[in-house]
Amino acid sequence: MADLRANLAGITSPNPFWLASAPPTNSGYQIMKAFDAGWGGAVWKTMGVPVVNVSSRYGAVNYRDTRMMGFNNIELITDRPLSDNLREIEEVKKYFPDHAVIASLMVQTREEWHQIIKDVENAGADGIELNFGCPHGMCERGMGSAVGQEPNVLKTITMWAKEVAQVPVIVKLTPNITDITEPARAAAAGGADAISLINTVQSIVNVDLDTFAPNPSVDGKSTHGGYCGPAVKPIALNMVKSCAQDRDVNIPISGIGGIETWRDATEHMLLGASNVQVCTAAMHYGFGIVREMKAGLEDYMDSKGFETLYDLIGKSVPKVESWEHLNLNYKIIAEIDNTKCIGCQLCYIACEDGAHQAIGLSEINGERTPHIIEENCVGCNLCSLVCPVEECITMVDVTKNKTHESWSDYMNNGKAPTTFDDDRAGGKHHWVPEPKDALKKRK
Amino acid sequence: MSDFKKPQTTAEYEANFPQLKPLMDANMAYYESSRCLFCYDAPCIKACPTSIDIPLFIKQINTENLTGAAKTIYSANFFGHTCGKVCPTEVLCEGACVYNEQDVKPIEIGRLQSHATTDAIRKDKSIFKKADANGKSVAVVGAGPGGIACASELATLGYQVDIFEAKAKPSGLAMHGTAPYKIANQDVMDEVAYLQRQLGFKVIYNKNIDTRRELNTLESKYDAIFLGIGLGDTRSTGTPGEQLENCIGATEFIEQLKLDPLSVTVGKKVVVIGGGNTAMDAASESARLGADVTLVYRRSKEAKGAYEFEYDLAKSVGVKALFSTNVTEIIGDQKVAQLKCIKTQSTDGKLENVDGSEFTIECDFLIRATGQIKQKDFLDLAGLQYDNRGKVKVDSESGQCSNPIYFAGGDAVNGGAEVVNACAEGKSAAQGIHSYIINK
Ligand SMILES: Cc1cc2nc3c(=O)[nH]c(=O)nc-3n(C[C@H](O)[C@H](O)[C@H](O)COP(=O)(O)OP(=O)(O)OC[C@H]3O[C@@H](n4cnc5c(N)ncnc54)[C@H](O)[C@@H]3O)c2cc1C
Ligand SMILES: Cc1cc2nc3c(=O)[nH]c(=O)nc-3n(C[C@H](O)[C@H](O)[C@H](O)COP(=O)(O)O)c2cc1C
Ligand code: SF4
Repeated sequence: MADLRANLAGITSPNPFWLASAPPTNSGYQIMKAFDAGWGGAVWKTMGVPVVNVSSRYGAVNYRDTRMMGFNNIELITDRPLSDNLREIEEVKKYFPDHAVIASLMVQTREEWHQIIKDVENAGADGIELNFGCPHGMCERGMGSAVGQEPNVLKTITMWAKEVAQVPVIVKLTPNITDITEPARAAAAGGADAISLINTVQSIVNVDLDTFAPNPSVDGKSTHGGYCGPAVKPIALNMVKSCAQDRDVNIPISGIGGIETWRDATEHMLLGASNVQVCTAAMHYGFGIVREMKAGLEDYMDSKGFETLYDLIGKSVPKVESWEHLNLNYKIIAEIDNTKCIGCQLCYIACEDGAHQAIGLSEINGERTPHIIEENCVGCNLCSLVCPVEECITMVDVTKNKTHESWSDYMNNGKAPTTFDDDRAGGKHHWVPEPKDALKKRK
Repeated sequence: MSDFKKPQTTAEYEANFPQLKPLMDANMAYYESSRCLFCYDAPCIKACPTSIDIPLFIKQINTENLTGAAKTIYSANFFGHTCGKVCPTEVLCEGACVYNEQDVKPIEIGRLQSHATTDAIRKDKSIFKKADANGKSVAVVGAGPGGIACASELATLGYQVDIFEAKAKPSGLAMHGTAPYKIANQDVMDEVAYLQRQLGFKVIYNKNIDTRRELNTLESKYDAIFLGIGLGDTRSTGTPGEQLENCIGATEFIEQLKLDPLSVTVGKKVVVIGGGNTAMDAASESARLGADVTLVYRRSKEAKGAYEFEYDLAKSVGVKALFSTNVTEIIGDQKVAQLKCIKTQSTDGKLENVDGSEFTIECDFLIRATGQIKQKDFLDLAGLQYDNRGKVKVDSESGQCSNPIYFAGGDAVNGGAEVVNACAEGKSAAQGIHSYIINK
């Protein structure tokens, strides 16, 4: 059976599922409950000089019947006194010596960093996470993402932390930056043992159309918040991949962002994360959600014959290339399985209005099943993505030229279009209807 | 006139008995599983006698982890597939779904459950954790859901288990009793065969344990004995004329229907006596065989034991009902021809015939769904205590009987409930047996 034990830069835990620094890790009570429910580690709610929070703190994006597809908050770091947190860290470690307890920290001066690191180490923390990610409230005070967005400052503070830290130091990155590898490299250069990403994405989730104030509203006004939950997973995955691929980063990654199921977690790890952290899913469903993640990962590993997490961590990293290396000779087209089609015609209108007019309707005998016009299909996937029926539209390989030719090969071999009306344009011989055909059906 | 014609072929029979809960395809399962809210301390789990972690297996279906879903189900209930189809989910898990509170259709838990288990059964997936053989052996009497659940759990704990079954086929009333529109025989057989392949208990068929000598052998040869003997034949109510031809007990009628459907001939005018689940099933079934069916129940409509949806189902196939009516005599030459009836009323909870309200009805086939007898003869033979209603006395946690080597569960203990209850009791008795044997 699969061995779920995880190791992030020397910090071990019984499984790779950690709670991210956030309300679920606000207290020893919650963390003990979480460990008891099966979580492998927890990053304590960021400690520092305690704050005062506003009331009305969260907003959400509901997508149709799915609640909290995206989640946003305007909370700050912990509002609890440090001594209370330290006492509770000590107690949690007494009960759960094999679980990972990480202290997330955010302070300002070198002296403060040194002092608080010693404090949490004395309390028994297995690692330290430097919160350079919080995108609201704290950055205006020169902390959080204000540091995360300044690679030099980030590097300096990381060095301060490393001056005293006995346990591994993780630097938590903000996604509110153009190129994530810059702060990631700065963290590595500053001596960080690992990075964790992503923190929340700056956001406004919605506006109340009657009061005109965005949510969450604090006495009629709002402020931008930090976005997380399932909606941010694609952003997180891309950033995790970028850091995993960068030779100058080259330190372990803790993947965070939009993880709710075993699949999300596995994707993070395939793209290079050594373990994962979860916040929104635990806030939505409680700690019990981990039982699905653990069981799912275990079943997946067993089905693939993976014995340890190392068999899968980073397995997808070499599968991501820059665009110019992708094979231009590879060709797929859509195929509709008539027996499965339910006649919604969403694929038809998607391709007709949104892609390449490669799907035709044949309304014979009230038959609503569309058909693919093969010579027009560019293999974009759109129809198969909008189709509500599993496996009804599949993409089939029709590659004729079996040699691998990429854009860079095209450039080297003179096959790439270079002028505006170049004959070598990819869509040159592609049929499109005449503009006026658009009005044909008008009565 | 009945809506149905008597089926002459298997295809016609199947058309008359379409599945109430047909299997879902992947698409349906995906949409349905997406609706689950993953409630905390979920009411559906609490409503399930085997406490399956329902939100978990639904989430596992939703994340394409069908193996994990099957594991979750089978770790709680060895008849996960059968239960998904035959459980009265309307009053169990689905009845407890919080969507009901909003008048939104509850999650189709039963069908999702069968969806996940079908996959494991068809692909013969190895999903059970099995301890090494511990050298101990247990005998199980009765291969019904109770017996098989107990045997399965014991097998996972490392026991060698032999099941002795009187009939030629396993699964007791889960196959011989449940209505054909709930589950196909083959589905039940496939699930039992899967468990047997995966877990390796032995079943000895056509072996009725009915002598003291046989019991002595079991007692000396095995470390413990589990009784999953269920209930007996239909109880006689002593109504004059019960011995006439075309007068049959409901469980006997249903067993014949299940084993050889095309051989069953019901008359044109069928009467079913009773107001319980079995009465409703028998009425629905005979209507689907082409008969004009009347249900006669001595108590009021409100007092009937059957679930409302079962009554609705019977009505939907044309079954009529006479409530507060007693059958006092069955009249006929060799065969049933008429029933003498009288209206009843309940005063202070006591049921009385209403003088002067006698009437007769035509009937050429009478099905008596008046309950099953308890297995007192067997229990006397085994020297086990039972209560005044004939239910085996057991310790409620371990399932242990008055003689400590015996354990029991299922209909024989609970007096007749559902497949899922027998599964729960069989499984927990296996744990009781385990702690009895290791502490012996
Ligand atoms: C008509 C009918 C319809 C039903 N429909 C449903 C339904 O839709 N859904 C539902 O959940 N439940 C239903 N039930 C109830 C359900 O079938 C039972 O609760 C369940 O099968 C009980 O399981 P059991 O193992 O205790 O007993 P049984 O299923 O009765 O199994 C007992 C087994 O032991 C064998 N046996 C008995 N004595 C001996 C002996 N001395 N030696 C050897 N073998 C012996 C019998 O042959 C039998 O195979 C129905 C019951 C009936 C009668
Ligand atoms: C209400 C709330 C408070 C948070 N507080 C902190 C914090 O104190 N420190 C921190 O490093 N990250 C904090 N985060 C960010 C989370 O740790 C995490 O990086 C982010 O939510 C993305 O993960 P998710 O998609 O699983 O929620 C907070 C997030 C939320 C929703
Ligand atoms: S979740 Fe509801 S009850 Fe709990 S603190 Fe927030 S607003 Fe109050």
